[in-house]
Amino acid sequence: MAERIPVTVLTGYLGAGKTTLLNRILSEDHGRKFAVIVNEFGEIGIDNDLVVGADEEVFEMNNGCICCTVRGDLIRIVEGLLKRKGKFDAILVETTGLADPAPVAQTFFVDADVRDAAQLDAVVTVADAKWLGERLKDAPEAKNQIAFADVIILNKTDLVGADEVSEIEARIRAINPYAKLHKTVNCAVPLDVVLGRNAFDLDRILEIEPDFLDGEHDHEHEHEHAHHGLKHYHDEDMQSVSLSIERDIDPEKFMPWLQNYVQKEGASILRAKGILAFKDESKRFVFQSVHMLLDGDLQREWKPQEKRLSRLVFIGRNLKKDEITQGFLGCAA
Amino acid sequence: MAAAFLPAHLMPLDAGAPVAAAGFLGQAPALALEDGTVLFVTLAAEQRVAAHPDASILVAVASGDKFITGGDDGRVVAVSADGAIHEIADEKGKWIDALATRDDGSIAWSSGKNVRSRDPAGGIKTFIAPSSVRGLAFMAKGYRIAIAHYDGATLWFPNAAAPPDLFQWKGSHLSITASPNGRFLATSMQENALHAWRVADKKDMRMSGYPAKTRSLSWSFDGHWLATSGADAAIIWPFTDKDGPINKAPLESGARNAKVTCVAFHPKSLVVAQGYDDGVVLLCRIPDGAEILVRASPKDARAITALAWDHAGGKLLFGAADGTAGLLDMPA
Repeated sequence: MAERIPVTVLTGYLGAGKTTLLNRILSEDHGRKFAVIVNEFGEIGIDNDLVVGADEEVFEMNNGCICCTVRGDLIRIVEGLLKRKGKFDAILVETTGLADPAPVAQTFFVDADVRDAAQLDAVVTVADAKWLGERLKDAPEAKNQIAFADVIILNKTDLVGADEVSEIEARIRAINPYAKLHKTVNCAVPLDVVLGRNAFDLDRILEIEPDFLDGEHDHEHEHEHAHHGLKHYHDEDMQSVSLSIERDIDPEKFMPWLQNYVQKEGASILRAKGILAFKDESKRFVFQSVHMLLDGDLQREWKPQEKRLSRLVFIGRNLKKDEITQGFLGCAA
Repeated sequence: MAAAFLPAHLMPLDAGAPVAAAGFLGQAPALALEDGTVLFVTLAAEQRVAAHPDASILVAVASGDKFITGGDDGRVVAVSADGAIHEIADEKGKWIDALATRDDGSIAWSSGKNVRSRDPAGGIKTFIAPSSVRGLAFMAKGYRIAIAHYDGATLWFPNAAAPPDLFQWKGSHLSITASPNGRFLATSMQENALHAWRVADKKDMRMSGYPAKTRSLSWSFDGHWLATSGADAAIIWPFTDKDGPINKAPLESGARNAKVTCVAFHPKSLVVAQGYDDGVVLLCRIPDGAEILVRASPKDARAITALAWDHAGGKLLFGAADGTAGLLDMPA
């Protein structure tokens, strides 16, 4: 099958520095030519042939589920861009400040033609170190953008003191321990921390480790204790549940449990990932999900020295920790 | 249908770029290509017209003796058989998402929510749809345009004082078509289903079960059948009485191990030309399902993306996603 075009989703509030990062991606020499899908034309400072305006129109799929929303305009635009194949090798989707990243991500799962041609690379959220704290208090969209991200650029760190940076970092970690976090001034990071992340490629989900931990966590635990002196925060409604057991899982129990659970609780589960050791299976089973949309497959073989760990992570709102734990443990082989 | 060996009457072509649409401008077969050009196919020579320089053709319809094309350069252009180009509209870079024409020379196009209609005299009217438009179709009678958008379709009367008429159904509606007798509207949806309304009372009809999106719709000359793509056979819905397809099963023709991507009813008989995602083209007669092969699957074949009969029904032109194409001259 032809290689799928990588898609980077860039989100974050106006003023956080999204435009700076966008213009860097378009002007710096990193070997990729981007087609850009934006909401406000004015923001692009660089002359780029392949800039398309989007409507950011979301429609609900006709299955009665409110979280199953899709960006219809992205489907139309990707179909159109594919007629100019050869003129670009990656797509950048910029969303407006108040956007929920989930419909964008879901769009790349639900349409067969788009799925064949393109692959999500990463959701990158640019956050303003000075204002994110306030936004997290009053805007659920800000929380969604942090929770959903694979990469978080905590920008404008020059405008706040070191204590405030630590504080906001801890608040971000309370919501999303797994995204790669970079503290920046003027979004000055090497672009390879933002591009070519393969965050949605099942083959590249090598591990599910909180970003600030070194070494392996091979005991059953939840994200409770403080790390590296970071003050520990609990967000009122957004959290992650991480489970890990050194046991094989029975796929006959696990698959129905997982499928039913994301169907039932899909509205509250923003993202989930897992690497499972299935009974009598030499290959790792890897899955990821966005709300109710689940994508999983057998991946590479467990290496001889590799511990056969079964672990999964859910990030979402008001997650039922006990229910998830019991359900998962009930799937042990 | 005579049991002729049709591939012997097929002239293979290489368009050089993926084919967006096929049509006959009067007698002249022409292909609208994704590289922005229109290619005229004749035995003598090939003529290429750069309708959208440095841009791509997104939508195209042959109408009368012109090919009307809409590009991602925001332009709507009419190309004549002599190669002349006439610019109909320039939407300043906004993609032309949908296009419809009628034999009297009426043209309608859309960009985002903006729908424009152009009457045969060249007069232009604008309508702003409730949401982005993905499909347009002229009603056969009267100056009315059917518009597909989110959560339904709208019937717009550009010249009338009457307000537009909204037909509601949740979801994303893509292609739209009106039955030749004006009694029914049908749309294809994002979720692999067709939806139809009886115009008189807006009664909903839901036709689901397609494994893929339906993007090709074609009415039989008598208005009794609607052929649709999106499955491993052409799914042909009956519209033979005032209840249309309600409680009726569709016909299935040309069932194979490949998806039908394009359908085109013959202009004078109940025969459907069917193109598949493996490059095969068949002719199928309904209702008995007799089939004749037009084109077998070539090696490394890509999907048929364009299919059109000439006005007399003696020639069939098709094009594929890999730029291959063919012109069939039906034996008498």
